[in-house]
Amino acid sequence: MTRTGTGAGPGTEAADARLRELTAWAGSVPDPELPVVTLSELGVLRGVREPAAGGPVEVELTPTYTGCPAVETMAGDIERVLHEHGVPEVSVRTVLVPPWSTDDISAEGRRKLAEAGIAPPRGGARQGRPGPVPLTLAVRCPHCGSTETTLLSRFSSTACKALRRCESCREPFDHFKEL
Amino acid sequence: MTRPDPAPRPGAPAAPGTRPGAATWPDSPLLALADDALVLSHRLGEWAGHAPVLEEELALANIALDLLGQARALYSELGDEDELAYLRTERAFRNCQLVEQPNGDFARTVIRQFFFSAYQELLYGQLAELGHPLATKAVKETEYHRDHAEHWTLRLGDGTEESHARAQQAVDALWRYTGELFQPLEGPEPVGAVDWTALREGWTERITATLGAATLTVPETPQRGAWTAGAGRQGLHTESFGRMLAEMQHLHRSHPGASW
Repeated sequence: MTRTGTGAGPGTEAADARLRELTAWAGSVPDPELPVVTLSELGVLRGVREPAAGGPVEVELTPTYTGCPAVETMAGDIERVLHEHGVPEVSVRTVLVPPWSTDDISAEGRRKLAEAGIAPPRGGARQGRPGPVPLTLAVRCPHCGSTETTLLSRFSSTACKALRRCESCREPFDHFKEL
Repeated sequence: MTRPDPAPRPGAPAAPGTRPGAATWPDSPLLALADDALVLSHRLGEWAGHAPVLEEELALANIALDLLGQARALYSELGDEDELAYLRTERAFRNCQLVEQPNGDFARTVIRQFFFSAYQELLYGQLAELGHPLATKAVKETEYHRDHAEHWTLRLGDGTEESHARAQQAVDALWRYTGELFQPLEGPEPVGAVDWTALREGWTERITATLGAATLTVPETPQRGAWTAGAGRQGLHTESFGRMLAEMQHLHRSHPGASW
């Protein structure tokens, strides 16, 4: 998270506190497609800036997938939440680099996904891996905890998920694909 | 990157037969990449409601969505994305002819996807190393698309007699459009710095290995046709492309600025 220049003068304690506050507000916005996790937990919030010279508060957002249609809704929701907290002007910018990875989802975010019946992504997605996605590693069923699960469909309800089935409890479930 | 001059407004269309705004569209090799992604995205979208199984319905729509996102990011680098997508005529599109080929049967769609995704993965891989942001972001998506198409190539090629025959027909029919992929795109870096020879070698190696494993035969016919095949990058397209474009652009041209 980048925390730079603020209206109260960079580096001061008041400025840092203000920036933490703005970042917390922006990060508290729930993901429009997975409302159980916040943007902060999803790791898509890249930075918040309040220019010392005044002007709009700048928020940097990164998409999970290039074509993710939720990005526009996220930007609108961030603007709305900051307005509600008395920030008059907000400018949300989409950044692509460095690319988002499922490794950016926080431990709390993973816990909440599992709680909502979505198997969280396995770690280590950013490490180089030649060849296809290693589907052979066990994905745990979010319902019964079994590791006996099989892939039903490589694509599911959103770009970021695959559909699997648990061979123990026979329930189908979404799996947040490693990226 | 120069922004295009304002395109002809929809309310005041240019005279039929002319190429409205032809001189004003950005002259960037990224336009070809954006057009590849948009056109293939639209073709895949045509499968909606018609895919052979529900899982493929989701897969094709998801791949189309990724490609659409890539196209939008690239168009935004060059100018106004709506103008670039909806207000150019056929001759101003720089996509390769492979991506505009009609869907045909499922085998034809799978082989087209495999040929294109294998190419796009290698191209974006090089562009990512050269520091292009969209390629850096999207290369993993293209890898997943290629992997998916490769799985299906193996299943169809090494499947039943019927699926094998259809997959081989698709390979044979699309082969003439594959040479164009390696025509160097002239222009500034990063695209100008792509190693097209290495790209071709990498592609040929992968295609040969997978088709072999799928018990399919790599054609010995030329990778370009006698006349038009292999000229999409110059704005010459195959017959069905005009109809696809008409359908894609119809709403925007008929109801400029419409929203719902």
